[in-house]
Amino acid sequence: MAESVWVLGASMTKIARYPDKDVIDLASEAALNALDDGGVAMRDMQVMGMGNMFQAMAGLGQSVQQQIGQTGIPVYNVVSACATGAVAVRTVFLSIMAGEADMGIAIGAEQMGKMGLLGPGGSAKSEKNVYEPSGRYGSVIGAEGILGTTLMPGVFAQAGMEYAYEHDGVGFDQFAKVAEKNHAHSVLNPLAQYQKAFSFEEIKEARMIAYPNTLPMCCPSGDGAAAVVLVSDSKLKTLSKEQQRRAVKIGASVLTSDPYAERAQVQPDVNTLTRNAAKIAYEKAGIGPDELDLVELHDCFATAELLHYDNLGLCEPGGAGAFIDSGAPWRDGKTPVNVSGGLLSKGHPIGMTGAAGVFEITTQLRGEAGDRQIEGAKVGMAHVIGLGSSCAIHILEKAAA
Amino acid sequence: MTGIVRRMGKQIPIVDYLVLGDAPHLTAHECKECKALYFDRRNACAQCGARTFGSRDLATSGVVRSFSIIHQAAPGVPVPYVSSIVDLDGGGSVKANLTKVEPDPEHVTLGMKVGLATFVAGTDDDGTEAIAFAFEPVA
Repeated sequence: MAESVWVLGASMTKIARYPDKDVIDLASEAALNALDDGGVAMRDMQVMGMGNMFQAMAGLGQSVQQQIGQTGIPVYNVVSACATGAVAVRTVFLSIMAGEADMGIAIGAEQMGKMGLLGPGGSAKSEKNVYEPSGRYGSVIGAEGILGTTLMPGVFAQAGMEYAYEHDGVGFDQFAKVAEKNHAHSVLNPLAQYQKAFSFEEIKEARMIAYPNTLPMCCPSGDGAAAVVLVSDSKLKTLSKEQQRRAVKIGASVLTSDPYAERAQVQPDVNTLTRNAAKIAYEKAGIGPDELDLVELHDCFATAELLHYDNLGLCEPGGAGAFIDSGAPWRDGKTPVNVSGGLLSKGHPIGMTGAAGVFEITTQLRGEAGDRQIEGAKVGMAHVIGLGSSCAIHILEKAAA
Repeated sequence: MTGIVRRMGKQIPIVDYLVLGDAPHLTAHECKECKALYFDRRNACAQCGARTFGSRDLATSGVVRSFSIIHQAAPGVPVPYVSSIVDLDGGGSVKANLTKVEPDPEHVTLGMKVGLATFVAGTDDDGTEAIAFAFEPVA
């Protein structure tokens, strides 16, 4: 069993729309660049974790190997909604911790094009000629828009408004400030899908999608892939000084699902599983939230980011509104959050996102983030949530190998 | 007009946890052990693992715990409309539209008191009406 696991190589494509490529191209490009970045090759990999949501029936990990190197290693094709990429990373992490592999590659890739609103209610159920109850709720017609919404903009708007109900100092303005920050951050990130700043007023006055989320407060759909090469500490010690110098230690890799909560029957609870994951992650890494130099968290909608300030312990309990008002999560603030631009502006190709977060923190801790570098960053967190639900947290540390 | 004899007056609830009749209300499966409430068909209790359930009628009044005013919706859904999470008095939470209120943040407020109402959501080829529920403000 390995004592610890390190990120040896990391890469991500720019997030964009790639109508002339397929998801195998995107995943292969990220994988090859991550291998090059780590100074290793496919023949060195002993396990592959492949994360993808929308083409998950296809055995994408095998398809990628058919392009970049078929060595017969175990492949785990994983799906866990928006947490998919992070689950792929954790799958490789576990294989190394278990002693089955000393090096492996995790990829998150997605090609979405312009998918529009996501969610179970997204495809309208055609009305039957004769009503017959069916399914677990005995439904006779599709209920989207009749019994509330199950589409993501409304679901995450409701998650934010629930926080506003329970805590003072949270409203439309605080949510809009989150989007103002992340769009501003993205201007410095050449890998972001959008690199355009919006004023607070522009964000508030933009087209309303699902109050309180206007268009720039909702993440776009897009295409892209990210990959990381992981290595055991004992194997890392046999590699070059330069590989050791650039390696970043995984201080914690945590995955939770949502525990029972009565209200979650009708509105997903994205808080409890994040709080549980954060508690475990801080314990495993032996640090507290005050020691984080930066955080990449799951801002699929502006409303979601605000909740996670509190869930991850970045602010005082109940104090997420005051936290954004104070400027603390800006790149020059107390705890920079989503300096990549976040999902709101960097983009959110579903299966890629969890791996892209690990790439961003790795790049920052290496001091290789260019214009968006947080100077002297030594510890960072990458957090994602996939509805259903899964929460994955990775805490990375700059450390001597 | 076309000679089709419609079976007037026949109604069916849009979901099986809506009970129609003189006093429409919601009903939930209640775990016999831990009293957890569920609207869906159950295999076992997600909270305690017990496998037997009774049914419990829920209150028709409650408060708005959260909402979103939907301006961009699935095809065919009229906008804007208000989706809400309502905490029912005495237990149980449910998602439904808020009606009989202007769909803007000046009129829809967190914590507002609401009551259950029913409406016709569709009619099938036999003339059977699908009855849905919503919540509307109460004094």
